[in-house]
Amino acid sequence: MNFVALKMLVGDRGKYFGIVLGIAFAAMLITQQSSIFVGLMTRTFGFITDTGYPDIWVMDPKVQFIDDTKPMQDIRLYRVRGVEGVRSAVPLYKGILRARLPNGTFQNCNVIGLDDATLTGGPPKMIQGEIAYLRRADGVIVDKVGAEGRLARPVLDDQGKPVLDEQGKPLPPIPLKVGDVLEINDKRAIVVGICQVQRTFQSQPVIYTTYSRAINFAPRERRLMSFICVDAATNANDPQTPEAKAANIQALCDRIEQRTGLLALPGKAFSWKTVMYFIKFTGIPINFGIAVVLGFLVGTAIAGQTFYQFTSDNIKQFGAIKAMGTSNSRLLGMIVLQAVVVGLVGYGLGIGAAAGFGYITKGSELAFRLLPETLLVTGVAIALICVLASMLALVKVVRVEPAIVFK
Amino acid sequence: MSTATSNQNIATRPGPVGLAVHCKGVTKHFGKGDSKVLALRGVDLDIKYGELMMLVGPSGCGKTTLISVIAGILDRDAGECTVFGADFANLSGGARTKWRGANIGFVFQQFNLLPTLTAAENVAVPLMILGEGRHAAVKRAYDVLATVGLADRGKSLPSQLSGGQQQRVAIARALIHQPRLIVCDEPTSALDAVTGHTVMRLLKGVAMAQDRALVIVTHDARIFGFADRVASMNDGSVVSVGTPAELEAVHRH
Repeated sequence: MNFVALKMLVGDRGKYFGIVLGIAFAAMLITQQSSIFVGLMTRTFGFITDTGYPDIWVMDPKVQFIDDTKPMQDIRLYRVRGVEGVRSAVPLYKGILRARLPNGTFQNCNVIGLDDATLTGGPPKMIQGEIAYLRRADGVIVDKVGAEGRLARPVLDDQGKPVLDEQGKPLPPIPLKVGDVLEINDKRAIVVGICQVQRTFQSQPVIYTTYSRAINFAPRERRLMSFICVDAATNANDPQTPEAKAANIQALCDRIEQRTGLLALPGKAFSWKTVMYFIKFTGIPINFGIAVVLGFLVGTAIAGQTFYQFTSDNIKQFGAIKAMGTSNSRLLGMIVLQAVVVGLVGYGLGIGAAAGFGYITKGSELAFRLLPETLLVTGVAIALICVLASMLALVKVVRVEPAIVFK
Repeated sequence: MSTATSNQNIATRPGPVGLAVHCKGVTKHFGKGDSKVLALRGVDLDIKYGELMMLVGPSGCGKTTLISVIAGILDRDAGECTVFGADFANLSGGARTKWRGANIGFVFQQFNLLPTLTAAENVAVPLMILGEGRHAAVKRAYDVLATVGLADRGKSLPSQLSGGQQQRVAIARALIHQPRLIVCDEPTSALDAVTGHTVMRLLKGVAMAQDRALVIVTHDARIFGFADRVASMNDGSVVSVGTPAELEAVHRH
């Protein structure tokens, strides 16, 4: 009878596509909105991921997320270095500074100052040049997106008007390149490399330089050190399972906090603290949540209504096959099979469309990160939609009197 | 149940002894309180093996309710009703459904063919309900379609067939699993006179056998002549049972 169930389903193409499209729409909306949300949230801690290196981030206890820097005095660095179990601790500067471009315009940039001696915590991928070039006089490394975007130089004529091409469109701006000179807070900086970093929430250009140069760029303040990046000492006798390592790191965090009064967090915990800040204090999750819930409701409504209509239209046929000896459990099986088929097809189409959307917008400003967990959540939501959609139909079919065929 | 098994069951069935259908004092009501309607008021009716019995009477007299009770798709309130010795009241819901699937064939007024299945697939449905595989069931359906003169229309959808052809498909569907009782509800009411006669000739020709019984509910006086006996019903009771000639004589007087 599975064959009969499937033929009944796909034979009525209008309703079949109606149900499938309802589910596909819901799956697409839930996946797409969730992925954009995840993408945005990932961007909030993009810098932590890029820096990668430290086992522990040490910061002022009032810091709420990665961009919420509360500068500390340099003396704190030495206190942290004195804590038992710390192999190395290096300063990190992170701040928004204003850069003056060669054409005279200004652009706020995210300036990262790396430890002069080790240059640890630098960009994850160099496209041009090397991190070591930061040791050159006034050297800075600029991220590719920033260099080609906000830091690019528009092509202007002598009167300051855009130069047009043959089709009358303005010529594309000239990207910032190695050798170009910037001014950061009136201090000279020379581009010595181009790097690739994860996009951040603020999407500002990222400029890497040394710690000493960064605090030289920054306005004079008593406290300038944003973070202390700590590498934990490892003992050959320590157990090396991930759980044991995590426990050791946590123990070191506790010790640092106890001895220095600062906040010490493993990279993952700091990422979560950042994400939780955005979830708690911004309306972003609510906005995306509403879209996801709407997708769920609309999908349920379309699929449920169409599925119910499909069953109602076929109720006499269901009555006939019931009269001919089909048991209720078999009929239930038929409806469940129909629901599973439309669910799977709709789910496949929906996540395919969402993935296609992600692929098309790859590399653009749009944040999109499709996680396996998102697919799982969408799958559960679609299963729920199918259950809800088929529930009414199931009740209707189970309750139908076979005698209906004689009416 | 496979076709082979089904055929074997029929071959090994005991010879017809007693009555195919026996109803005595059957009552059935619908609704409650003031809206309660007594649809059957103590119906007595016997149908013999190899007999084509027609149930006739005005609308609302209880014909359809009676065949629903006989076919086991409605529970009676009181009285006795056995079909080939089996009493549905003694069977559980599942067993009754299974028994009905194996022993009763249905022909409906509106055909009730599944619109998305081809004629052959529609005919194969009862076998599939009994657990026969799709390919074997459809193959057998073509043989049965040939007996109703539709061998070449097996791949047609119901919407591509005329009313008469659809009813012939419905008859083939009612016969494919070789049921012992065939219940027809107004099989000719949606058809013109010529097609109606063709369908009745077919029913009488291919559905009747010594170990079977055929019950037809009809308003259509043009087909009374096909019956072995006609039971007239009125207001929930069988008021007379006789041959078509006897019925005609009663009407003449």
